[in-house]
Amino acid sequence: MTALLETRSVWQRFGGLVANSDVSISVERGEIVGLIGPNGAGKSTLFNLIAGVARPTQGSIWFDGEDVTGLPAAERCRRGIGRTFQVVKSFETMSVIDNVIVGALVRTTVMREARRKAHEVLEFTGLAGRADVLAGELVPAEKRRLEVARALATEPKLLLLDEVLTGLTPSEAQKGVELVRKVRQTGVTVLMVEHVMEIVMPLVDRAIVLDLGKVLAEGKPSDVVRDPKVITAYLGDRHAVGT
Amino acid sequence: MLTAETIIQSLASGLLMGLLYGLIAVGLALIFGLMDVVNFAHGEFLMISMYATFFLFAFFAIDPLLSAPLVAAALFVFGAVVYLLIVRFAVRAKANAGMVQIFSTFGLAIVMRGLAQFFFTPDYRSVTNSWLGGKTVSVGGIFLPEPQLVGALVSIAAFVALYFFINRTDFGRALEATREDAGAVALVGIDKNRVFAVGWGLGAALVGLSGAIMAIFFYVYPDVGASFALIAYVTVALGGFGSVFGAFAGGIIVGLVEAVTALVLPPSLKSVGIYAVYLLVVFIRPRGLFGSM
Amino acid sequence: MDTQFAQRRRRELITAACLAVLAALVPLFVKDVYVQNMMVLTLMYAALSQSWNILSGYCGQISLGHALYFGLGAYTTALLFMKFGVLPWFGMLAGGVISALIAMALGYPCFRLRGHYFVIATIVIAEIGLLLFHNWDWAGAALGIDIPVRGDSWLKFQFTRSKLPYFYFALVLACIAWFVTWWLEDSKWGYWWRAVKDNPEAAESLGVVVFNSKMGAAAVSAFLVAVGGSFYAQFVSYIDPESVMGFQFSLLMALPAVLGGIGTLWGPILGAVILIPLTELTRSYIGGSGRGVDLIVYGSLIVLISLARPQGLVSLFSRRKRAAK
Repeated sequence: MTALLETRSVWQRFGGLVANSDVSISVERGEIVGLIGPNGAGKSTLFNLIAGVARPTQGSIWFDGEDVTGLPAAERCRRGIGRTFQVVKSFETMSVIDNVIVGALVRTTVMREARRKAHEVLEFTGLAGRADVLAGELVPAEKRRLEVARALATEPKLLLLDEVLTGLTPSEAQKGVELVRKVRQTGVTVLMVEHVMEIVMPLVDRAIVLDLGKVLAEGKPSDVVRDPKVITAYLGDRHAVGT
Repeated sequence: MLTAETIIQSLASGLLMGLLYGLIAVGLALIFGLMDVVNFAHGEFLMISMYATFFLFAFFAIDPLLSAPLVAAALFVFGAVVYLLIVRFAVRAKANAGMVQIFSTFGLAIVMRGLAQFFFTPDYRSVTNSWLGGKTVSVGGIFLPEPQLVGALVSIAAFVALYFFINRTDFGRALEATREDAGAVALVGIDKNRVFAVGWGLGAALVGLSGAIMAIFFYVYPDVGASFALIAYVTVALGGFGSVFGAFAGGIIVGLVEAVTALVLPPSLKSVGIYAVYLLVVFIRPRGLFGSM
Repeated sequence: MDTQFAQRRRRELITAACLAVLAALVPLFVKDVYVQNMMVLTLMYAALSQSWNILSGYCGQISLGHALYFGLGAYTTALLFMKFGVLPWFGMLAGGVISALIAMALGYPCFRLRGHYFVIATIVIAEIGLLLFHNWDWAGAALGIDIPVRGDSWLKFQFTRSKLPYFYFALVLACIAWFVTWWLEDSKWGYWWRAVKDNPEAAESLGVVVFNSKMGAAAVSAFLVAVGGSFYAQFVSYIDPESVMGFQFSLLMALPAVLGGIGTLWGPILGAVILIPLTELTRSYIGGSGRGVDLIVYGSLIVLISLARPQGLVSLFSRRKRAAK
């Protein structure tokens, strides 16, 4: 069986800048894959190419055995790619449940069914108690959770998580990790972008490290963190950002 | 008859009118560039400037050319007050932010129009026998109305002055810095509200200047602002909202397009050309000709 | 949970039905023609504003050019009747369909524009329409059209002796506009529109086709406004470009919703009930020399509401309700 997601020699150039060069990665069904790398490694660019926000300059993206390179984001969602945003984009003037219903409506146009689905997802993500609150009134950690809930309501085969664990307190992050595990148990494949390695390494089955727009290393988390190339890249990054 | 002469004649007057349109619009562009707010009462600012000019002439026999600085100064104060009383609060809105921005100044426009009708009646008034009114000069066989000619010169002078003000003075730099990053300037100790108030004052003063000149050759009545405001929005949008010198270029384009349209279509349709050019430009470049955002 | 939601929906429907019945009874007690006239206008603006609200309030694409659709409705009905003897009822339908089609044709390029560029495009397009009708001889140009009077009848939708039929039609119109909004609010479209308004990018990622959502909202909104325009043409029986396509209609359609609560179910009605009588009354009581007072009154109201209560007056009610629970 083919991989769920494949990028085939994807290039993305912005003017003279090469954000992704010849990136070929694949994600198998049922996996949790971490896409990591220092700042400016091209993670977000690749992420957006997969989600359908932009089109690659060259190369193609395959999902579930089909070429989806030219498809817009909404169509990819319909095919089963769900995503969250690094900077949360809640529908602020809508209630939490209504936010999730928007997602559920991809699969059904029967309102009662969409509403039922939304409640189910809120239960699953631990937001049931906040269903009738306006999304704008949620605290940041809840907003992250809502991003995940909304994406889950679209019944994705592949869930793209963009730095959902970054910037959370340790206990919040722990809850986030549990949620991601729970999501996988329901049969959803997860591809998560994270900047900070420590958080994701225990969670993922496989890690892909990007640096300077290229795939630098790939493999089991325990192997990847010991890879000298990876260490240098991250050290260089730390040096560059002065931490 | 479309002879070479009539074409040159109308292009020349179109150019003059265009420079004036640029001057009318630049205040709008300045304010938008500074704080991303469109003043939907811009036309009414023009209207009260024209009334002020008219009354100074009617009661004190001050010629519009002399009262122009006075009107500009008065409008400066008015603009700053409008910012402090209305806009300052409008930009803070959390709910329906877009709607609040549009309708707070729109409401102001309606009030101003109502006040003008109430106090000045809907009658058309005009400044008669001013120094320039009705006079023309002939340049190589082309007749140019003096008020528009002087208006065009004032416009060029104002743009040059604005250029130096923005680029060469401390306050101009503060203005520029605030438009780039209002959050950061607060850290350097620049009072954002003061900068915005002065920005509004300046924008209004420029309208005041153009209103004084418009009053020389155009009727003054409560609704006079509406049509010029629409032209000003088109001008500013053509130039790319917020670009001060885009407004200058936009004004010239609008003036010329209007002149050309008047040559080929019935006079009552002359604005169609401007509107069509606006649509054409934004459909191709959704951010206007010189918009970079 | 679910039942609570269903209960709220049912309560809204019952409230609306009660209000409609009450409104229908009013003419039994109010015989004054002037007041009846005012009620017709109030209901018409409630309907118009409710329709405007679909595109501008729910979907967040603020249009200040809806006078175009109002005028198209009025002209289509009047021209079809005058030139071809087509009954106003069919004219109404035709006007609605034409407006919806034009709204979509215009939406195609316009919905790529953002913020102020969009708002100004809507004003400019309506203005072009106005100028074209001014110069269109077949449609009466600047002189306009006097709709020929053929005697009172529901068939021809003309009534010279009494305002009442117009009143009941305006009431039905307001009810339809309200009901369409109510119905769409809890449908795929309603959710899509609000999502598009709040965050188009996130909406797109959840499978919402942003462009189609806007097109749908524009079509529904334009259709209903055009039906309002058709009605108005019959009501005043004389139309010219300024009196049905002027910018003031774009504004008068928007203001009730803004005042009552933009993007809300009850906002437009509440706003119209306050705004229209207020302007009509100031106009007639102060009248004559005091022209402009109506503008001052509702202009100030709009400034105040924008600054003090951007969610509109309906938010006063909902808060009280929540506190009472």
